[in-house]
Amino acid sequence: MQDAFRNKWPLLLLTGFILIALTSACGPASTCITAGGSTTVQPLAEKWAEEFKAKNPNVDVIVQGGGSSAGVKGVAQGIFDTGTASRELKSSETSQWPDLVTYHVALDAIAIVVHPSNTTANLSLKELRDIFATGSNATWTVLNREEGSGTRDNFEEKVMGDTEVSLNSEFLPAAGAIKQKVANTTNAISYISLGYADASVKALTIDGTTCTKDNCRNGSYPISRYLNFITKGEPGGLVKTFIDFCLSSEGQQLVEEEGYISVK
Amino acid sequence: MSRYFIDRASRYVVFIFGVIALLILAAIAIFILKDSLPAFREIGISDIIFGTKWYPSRGAFGILTMLAGSVLVTLLALLMAVPLALGCAIFLAEVAPPRIRRLTRPAVELLVGIPSVVYGLVGMIVLCPLIANLSGTGSGSSVLVAAIVLAIMILPTVTSISEDSMRAVPNQYREGALALGATHWQTIHHVILPAARNGIMASIVLGTGRAIGETMAVIMVIGNSPIFPTNIFAPARTLTGNIAVEIMSATGIHQSALFATGVVLFILIMLINSLALIAYRKKT
Amino acid sequence: MMKLPPKLTQRIAWVSIWATGIIAILTLVFIVGYTFIKGFPAINFEFLFTSPKGGVSGEGGIFSCIVATMWLIVITMAILIPLGIGAAIYLSEYAPDNRLTRLISYSLELLAGVPSIVFGLFGFAIFVLALHFNYSIVAGALTLVCLLLPFLIRTAEEAIRAVPQSQREAALALGTTKWQTTANVVLPAAIPGITTGIILCVGRAVAESACLYVTMGGSAAMPTSFLSGGRALAVHIFYLAMETTALDKALATGAILIALILIINLSTVWLSQRFYAKMQGIR
Repeated sequence: MQDAFRNKWPLLLLTGFILIALTSACGPASTCITAGGSTTVQPLAEKWAEEFKAKNPNVDVIVQGGGSSAGVKGVAQGIFDTGTASRELKSSETSQWPDLVTYHVALDAIAIVVHPSNTTANLSLKELRDIFATGSNATWTVLNREEGSGTRDNFEEKVMGDTEVSLNSEFLPAAGAIKQKVANTTNAISYISLGYADASVKALTIDGTTCTKDNCRNGSYPISRYLNFITKGEPGGLVKTFIDFCLSSEGQQLVEEEGYISVK
Repeated sequence: MSRYFIDRASRYVVFIFGVIALLILAAIAIFILKDSLPAFREIGISDIIFGTKWYPSRGAFGILTMLAGSVLVTLLALLMAVPLALGCAIFLAEVAPPRIRRLTRPAVELLVGIPSVVYGLVGMIVLCPLIANLSGTGSGSSVLVAAIVLAIMILPTVTSISEDSMRAVPNQYREGALALGATHWQTIHHVILPAARNGIMASIVLGTGRAIGETMAVIMVIGNSPIFPTNIFAPARTLTGNIAVEIMSATGIHQSALFATGVVLFILIMLINSLALIAYRKKT
Repeated sequence: MMKLPPKLTQRIAWVSIWATGIIAILTLVFIVGYTFIKGFPAINFEFLFTSPKGGVSGEGGIFSCIVATMWLIVITMAILIPLGIGAAIYLSEYAPDNRLTRLISYSLELLAGVPSIVFGLFGFAIFVLALHFNYSIVAGALTLVCLLLPFLIRTAEEAIRAVPQSQREAALALGTTKWQTTANVVLPAAIPGITTGIILCVGRAVAESACLYVTMGGSAAMPTSFLSGGRALAVHIFYLAMETTALDKALATGAILIALILIINLSTVWLSQRFYAKMQGIR
């Protein structure tokens, strides 16, 4: 008997594994909203999620990154309940998925940042464009965001115009990595969201205008954009409650606390 | 239930498991090929493989620069790792005192299993600033750092498999050579290494595969610039990095082009494996 | 070229072998040592048992990542083990020796060398998009199954084939059915090899990052079911390094992962010694 049992132990182990897996599948399904996309929106959305959870304990808001295009693609294909994007929908996207709805949930500026020791204080839009069109050389180490980043799309639209950014530059998949590299490289130049800019990097003035919340609100700083939630069709139920919460005065206060600009 | 019934049933169950496993493996090849077809058809095979510009938002999908990046980084990594690993394997198998051997052998095996991101992380924190200082320009993200990280990553793999194969050489060979008056090094050089050649080859091929397939560690230290690296201090991009960085946000033809990148990577690995096989057959 | 006297080459060779051995070992010691020394101060109770809080400074710990990793391993193994062993039994015991079987063996060999990001591509296309598991633990687990399946089948097959043919013949001669022989004679004898293979798979699953990065999403929230997204420990290191300034926490997570791998490795050694002792009749 004992011997027979011993021969079967791998089978028992297996059954155990499968049982564990099955029971975890049958666990209580709590309601959750998935939001994903822009890495710029991510820290803000995580804060919103935390506050929202405090008010609605049985709702989890799961926030993921991936880049703005991943957010748009994700919500259109049903991967996310709401996509997050740090740019407006492109015409190619609205024609491919006509039922996408955009909500402006915060305003943000894109700061042009260099190493704190850099003596450059101001660049004109044209100088900036030339630097990024030339790419890395002895004077500048140019850092770009990856293809699909909303920050990159905004930068290309508002600074580069029809000019292409030089491929002779580094492409990093996250704003945090950009900030780190700029803080550690004496001749680096790149662009990050105002919410990410802190004392470890130096923000340049563009055509003499400082990158501040006020200059962004009054429209004098040239590189600003809305941060958006994107839903497939008009949202209902929890998703709507969540977006309403983000747009409420309480939600907008969090926006200011995180270093972005409220839209209300 | 009779045991004959169980026997018959088990035959089918096991067969089904086998079929499922094979279907999964076939599905992988089919799906990746299928999803890459639109890119190959619309852009053209030669424009993808020999195109030198990758700028998806402006419709450029050439991956030659990344192909060059992958190959260059891997070759450089092998150049550093193979001599070190072989030396280390000879050291552990033939030279080191038993006490050191007992200590290092399990350590090397542990190192095989260390997550590659850890190697990437240490490379990013320690090597990038170092190389930036040395070269005096740029942020340190470069082919060189990536190659060093990969070399360190594959070092344990190549070492442990080569060591195993050297150890598998029968002791009579050693004794025979020594008895003929050969020095210890002559024995190793002319007897042990040729006898262990298959295993050593296999370890190098495995190391090459790991280096060329590594993704996250490379993204962290190479800068991901889709250009031909002009020197080893310049940034570059690998095929794997291209896929990982962009796949989540890619749609349409861009997504398909990333699958095409996957196909090229797959073929590259197959080529390396078959080349190794041919080289190996020729010599024996 | 002048031929050097053997004594001299011997000396040169010895110096270089010692040098390479020491350089290689020191490099590897440096990596592990650096990770532990720099990471260790950040490890404490709070780090282990709180979840990442997000944000640029990388506040919080790694609890949800530990949970996600455990779920991932359990689900992966629950699918991988029966499938892998079943297929290995079929290939070694039941499959006829024909061209198809040889083709299968060859493709297994080939697939074992395919980079994990290619499996990630596949998992992304099938599990995330086509089957609508979205970015989830189950999508990650299924991708891992695909990644590890060739390796496990090959290891298990080797272990089963290594069982002496005479044992099978003896069992069959006693009038047992094929399945009785397989289940009661062949498999028990092959278990040490199979177990080692399984544990190696666990180790690879713990260390894997690329294919999980593109299939599990990056949510650091506590997973609520296996359909929710999650962040495995190895992927968390990547996120910490790229998106936050908390490099000490990244190193700390690395140190914990290395410790985990060490435990997994030691258990393989322990298991194989135990089985070896058992086979030799030493208790």
